[in-house]
Amino acid sequence: MATFNLNINGKKQQVDVDPATPMLWVLREHLNLVGTKYGCGIAQCGACTIHLGDVAMRSCQLTVSQVGNQPITTIEGLSENGDHPVQKAWLEHDVAQCGYCQAGQIMNAAALLKANPNPSDAEIEAAMHGNICRCGTYTRIKTAIKTAAG
Amino acid sequence: MALIKTSYGRRSFLKTSALAGGGMMLGFSWLATACESNQEETLTMPKEWFELNGFLKIGENGVVTIQSPNPEIGQNVKTSMPMIVAEELDIDWKNVIVEQAPLNTALFVRQLAGGSQSIRQGWTGLRMAGATARHMLKEAAAQAWQVPVDEVTTEAGVLHHKNSGKSAGYGEMASAAAKIAVPEEVKLKEVKDFKIIGTSRKNVDGPKIVTGQPLFGLDYKREGMLIAMIVHPPAFGMKLKSVDDSAARAMPGIKDVFTINTYNEDYGRQWCDTDAFNELVVVAGNTTWEVMNAKKALKIEWEAAPEQNIAVAGFTGESKDVKIPAGLENTSDHVAKMAEMGAKLAKVVRRDGDPETAFKNAAQVIERSYTAPFLAHSTMEPMNFFAHVTADKAELVGPIQTPEFMEKSVAARLGMPVEKIDIQMTRQGGGFGRRLYGHFVVEAAVISQKMNAPIKLVYTREDDITFGNYRPAYHATYRAAFDANKNLIAFHVRAGGIPESPLAANRFPAGALDNYLAEDWAVESNISVGAFRAPRSNFIAGAEQAFLDEVAEVMGKDPIAFRLELLDRAAKKPVGTENDYEAARYAGVLELVREKSGWGKDQKGVHRGVSAYFCHNSYVAQVIDLVLEDGKPIVQKVHCAVDCGILVNPIAAINLSEGGIVDGIGHAMYSAMTFKNGTPEQTNFDKYRLIRHSEAPKAIEVHFVKNEIDPTGLGEPVNPPIIGALANALYKATGKRVYDQPFQAISQVLG
Ligand code: FES
Ligand code: FES
Repeated sequence: MATFNLNINGKKQQVDVDPATPMLWVLREHLNLVGTKYGCGIAQCGACTIHLGDVAMRSCQLTVSQVGNQPITTIEGLSENGDHPVQKAWLEHDVAQCGYCQAGQIMNAAALLKANPNPSDAEIEAAMHGNICRCGTYTRIKTAIKTAAG
Repeated sequence: MALIKTSYGRRSFLKTSALAGGGMMLGFSWLATACESNQEETLTMPKEWFELNGFLKIGENGVVTIQSPNPEIGQNVKTSMPMIVAEELDIDWKNVIVEQAPLNTALFVRQLAGGSQSIRQGWTGLRMAGATARHMLKEAAAQAWQVPVDEVTTEAGVLHHKNSGKSAGYGEMASAAAKIAVPEEVKLKEVKDFKIIGTSRKNVDGPKIVTGQPLFGLDYKREGMLIAMIVHPPAFGMKLKSVDDSAARAMPGIKDVFTINTYNEDYGRQWCDTDAFNELVVVAGNTTWEVMNAKKALKIEWEAAPEQNIAVAGFTGESKDVKIPAGLENTSDHVAKMAEMGAKLAKVVRRDGDPETAFKNAAQVIERSYTAPFLAHSTMEPMNFFAHVTADKAELVGPIQTPEFMEKSVAARLGMPVEKIDIQMTRQGGGFGRRLYGHFVVEAAVISQKMNAPIKLVYTREDDITFGNYRPAYHATYRAAFDANKNLIAFHVRAGGIPESPLAANRFPAGALDNYLAEDWAVESNISVGAFRAPRSNFIAGAEQAFLDEVAEVMGKDPIAFRLELLDRAAKKPVGTENDYEAARYAGVLELVREKSGWGKDQKGVHRGVSAYFCHNSYVAQVIDLVLEDGKPIVQKVHCAVDCGILVNPIAAINLSEGGIVDGIGHAMYSAMTFKNGTPEQTNFDKYRLIRHSEAPKAIEVHFVKNEIDPTGLGEPVNPPIIGALANALYKATGKRVYDQPFQAISQVLG
């Protein structure tokens, strides 16, 4: 066990955990931020996507000891009132089916648009490749990303 | 439709109205925890609620809460079912709060997600719930205003009396309405008067989903809750021999390590109690990460499991013995065995005319065989369940498609009466049939009882994939006989699988052919299987529709025109009486997709395949437009025509149809579960391939046949035919027919 000071969604948080604990479980079980989802635990599905700084990361692969003082954003902190352009576009196109993968999809899409405000179809497909949606909402996700890009 | 008797489900109506008549009111504090906080416009909560029946209650300010009875697995019933109640209640959808109802068999009928039946079987009851409440509100207004009830009208939550000019909101009359006796019969709206049904309403949980609010079973948390995980045998055909847990116990955060038997040996299992591994090792501790690590520190010995015979009650209750053979199975043996079975006479299920003679005298015969592997459901949310079992009750919360059934399983296992078992349903991160089989609910209950603490059972992805109730492996051989003029004179299908056959002998083209023969077979296995989105159809539709494409080709006919000819025959002069489809509606979707896709107009470089199927009470036809980019097949567009009767919620129906299409293409192209010495060779998404963004169709257009037929389901019927359309388009693109799923081999060859 060790103590870590984290900066999550703009708030300072302290946790006392095994240094090898992935951020996924620190968020879900120690900080009660359950929007970040467990899907595979091996960087294959993207359900656990968060932002480390501005970069999309698989939180199942990021241990708490690797974070240091880099700020973390989770789906709960993506916007104050659920009104990030990506979240709004997701609601506009009613993207979700079961909804389980969508926090990861949204976080990945938000990071993509930050880095590339006007991605082409091929760029969207490449950037979103690591995010599985078992319900098959892919076409809607692409449409929503384009709406969010404006 | 005018009057309907309210006797259907009357039990529940009488029960709650008696409570309501006694002045049942539900206080604000209870609501505060249960209400949806993220409505598009934030609603002002009422001070008092008046329950008019088990489905709905009305606040004094006119806000209405509607219970959605069925499990929500992504098919969007949590929005669509309350829409039906709201329609008949005649309320503004903006004033509706939706809640997930708990399991309550006294109140609700068939709280099950499966078979695409939620809307179909819920339809009348949901309408009646709304209409009954509307009638009681009208009665209350009529009494208050001293006017005949027939002169009271409603509009969007307001009661009117035209002659006197009086009007009142539902909220004002709710208290009085709750004391009105439930009417013997009520009037339902005419379809043409629908204002909510047939209009697009967004997912009521949408705002919570996009902001990451707790919704799913895995998100559930309770004070003092422990995390439990299981370890099951690594191979089908093995069982536990011994556990050395000394290292695991010593690890941080670990509370206990023990073994459980999920079901007792003498327990008469229900159909949804399937579990390949009944004796499990359990690790319980403080956090998921700690328990995951402790699992790895267990030293376990496994041994061969003996053959078993388990009595299982089917869906309708009749019990039959299921033999689970001993041994460690291999996919290579399965493939060989299926080919062997497909080559010999099996059990004849239907014979029309004299197919044997027709085949003997044929000028030409074609024969083709199709195969598909086991599939894992791989819901994005792995299996999990919360349980808190105390001496006198069991509280269970989580994602399950069959709460009604699992309540009984848990009661039997814990030795408690069913009334003491309380099951609450969370939103579910996918179902696809996997969550019909709730052994994990029983496991959670047993673990909680043993730990004497609230626990959440969590499966890792590996547990989830390797402890499956898989889609069976299938095989089908089709033969067609032609005369010298290339007329189709006989048709033969022989289909089977491990461990069940996918055959539906009375489906099209049965009924359209004078000489028809259908046989089926099955081979036992100890690999556990279960229903998987559109069971059996998810294979046989694709095989049949690909074969019909070859038949049309031999005859030199357009594939749509050919199917329509057969359907015309089936409509005008059907062969046999058991045919399981309406030929006119079947033809209807083919005609619609022909028109909408502009079938017959060739586009350069675009290769088209068509398919149509009827299952789960709905008709679907699809055309795939496929292009080759650098030799790689890309689905550019899917045109889809659906006849599911009255469309309840178009935006959701289109979304679900898109999902069914992507799912079908994905599994047919990429997915397979294979086994070596009983051990699954795929344990996670690195090797178990699911379709990804770039592989999905670039565009999907869904069209619905407009009619006034009571609605049927959509979760499944859109899925099976797409595999045939894909196979047929791949042939057009590459000149090669594909017979064995997953088809990705062809893209590897071409790529
Ligand atoms: S849970 Fe991290 S990528 Fe799947
Ligand atoms: S919406 Fe269900 S997994 Fe994506």
